[in-house]
Amino acid sequence: MIDTSPPPFFKRGLSPPLRLAIFSSLALLLMVMDGHYQYLDTLRNAFAVIINPLQHGMNAPVQLATKVSGFFVAQGRLRGENADLKEKQLLLGGQLLQFQALQAENAHLRSLFDAKNRYSQKTTFAEILYAGRDPFSRKIIIDKGSLQDVKPGQVVADQIGVVGQVTRVYPVVSEVTLITDKDQAVPVQNVRNGLRAVVFGNGQDGTLDVPFMPVNADLQNGDQLVTSGIDGLYPPGLPVAVVSKIERNAAFPFAKISCLPSAGIDRQRQVLILNTQLTTPNPPRPPEPEPVKHAKPKR
Amino acid sequence: MPNLSAKSVLSKPASGRFIVFSLLLGLAANLLPWSELTKLLWPDFIALLLVYWVTYQPRHVGLGTAWFLGLLMDIADGVLFGQHALAYTLMVYMTQILHRRIQTLSPWQQSLYVFGLLLISLVIMLVIRLAFGAPFPGALFFASSVIGAVLWPSFSLIMRLRQHRKPTLDDTYSNITK
Repeated sequence: MIDTSPPPFFKRGLSPPLRLAIFSSLALLLMVMDGHYQYLDTLRNAFAVIINPLQHGMNAPVQLATKVSGFFVAQGRLRGENADLKEKQLLLGGQLLQFQALQAENAHLRSLFDAKNRYSQKTTFAEILYAGRDPFSRKIIIDKGSLQDVKPGQVVADQIGVVGQVTRVYPVVSEVTLITDKDQAVPVQNVRNGLRAVVFGNGQDGTLDVPFMPVNADLQNGDQLVTSGIDGLYPPGLPVAVVSKIERNAAFPFAKISCLPSAGIDRQRQVLILNTQLTTPNPPRPPEPEPVKHAKPKR
Repeated sequence: MPNLSAKSVLSKPASGRFIVFSLLLGLAANLLPWSELTKLLWPDFIALLLVYWVTYQPRHVGLGTAWFLGLLMDIADGVLFGQHALAYTLMVYMTQILHRRIQTLSPWQQSLYVFGLLLISLVIMLVIRLAFGAPFPGALFFASSVIGAVLWPSFSLIMRLRQHRKPTLDDTYSNITK
């Protein structure tokens, strides 16, 4: 039988098909492990060490460009902007005075009722580095990580409302899943009548859905939905979405309700990470019903 | 204008340092877009670079590099760990089979092959994500492969500029004395 393999002085390691088999089965293994179990965090972090500096580095030219273009702004525009900002500050300052008075009053009333304020809040400022190139999900990468005390599960908002939630944290960057992502759910409350619901991302376009609401649910176009705060994760009262379209069809058990996010989800460069902490723990879960014991044999 | 097609001149081999530098640059370019539309249209520069280097430097860049870069892209995009790795590995294997044929073609003919190769990597990623329960993201998902193929001629021209500087007398001399 004739030996068809190349002579030993042309040896180049393993044959290409074998290499293909090895590398693709390794990739498949990693995918299954990552998809079904969460064992790979250390490995992910090891690779993140290589790519994190690059992620930060890419922000530098962008910042430089904004600085340079900011330097060459017309003076007239600056003066106009300045006047606008002054006016806005005056307005907000007046509202803030009222807010402080109201807050004091609220604390006083709460102490009278012996109801503790459930949340203490700290915010961290973060900048969006880029949006992940994955068309299947809606995620952004921000420039703060576990070294800056960011934790998975924290809420990310801008000055108008909720943007998303921190889902994965690396040392100096973290991933935020936007509320428009397919799997992202936010518990909300209707401002008009206090109706509670859960808002899900649509995933296809930039809208949100309110599924599982009965056809006669009291929701109208233009209703403001804010976080209800009952999950202990999102602080209450943050604007989430505005109802934009309602289809009530008696043939289906649920109404088809879609809304538009309040926050500028696709337009921001800067966001706030809300470090919400519960000052009182969640109430304990009701005890599990005792499993029915098999009748003991009588002694 | 100098004729820069691969047939005309024996090109100098690219240095390993240049390959690594170009791949780092490609990673950085993949991290640029930040809006929903640009991220769909943005070509995958790492895939383009892999096709380029496997075609012209098949001894230096192969399946291992593709796999490793794929894992880095998985971290960068925050997707399933191993998704890009598998797609790049299979794409590079196809390129390895075709690389002698691609070398002899004109840039625009090459870009047809590049379109096919990029499409293969996208289809693999699509199949993986559908298998893990994601909805189909729409036909615009394939747009980045078209844009990558259209960019290919100018891309490969830029990449080749560096390898085609004229050999100086010193180069020739040092080659003889070696």
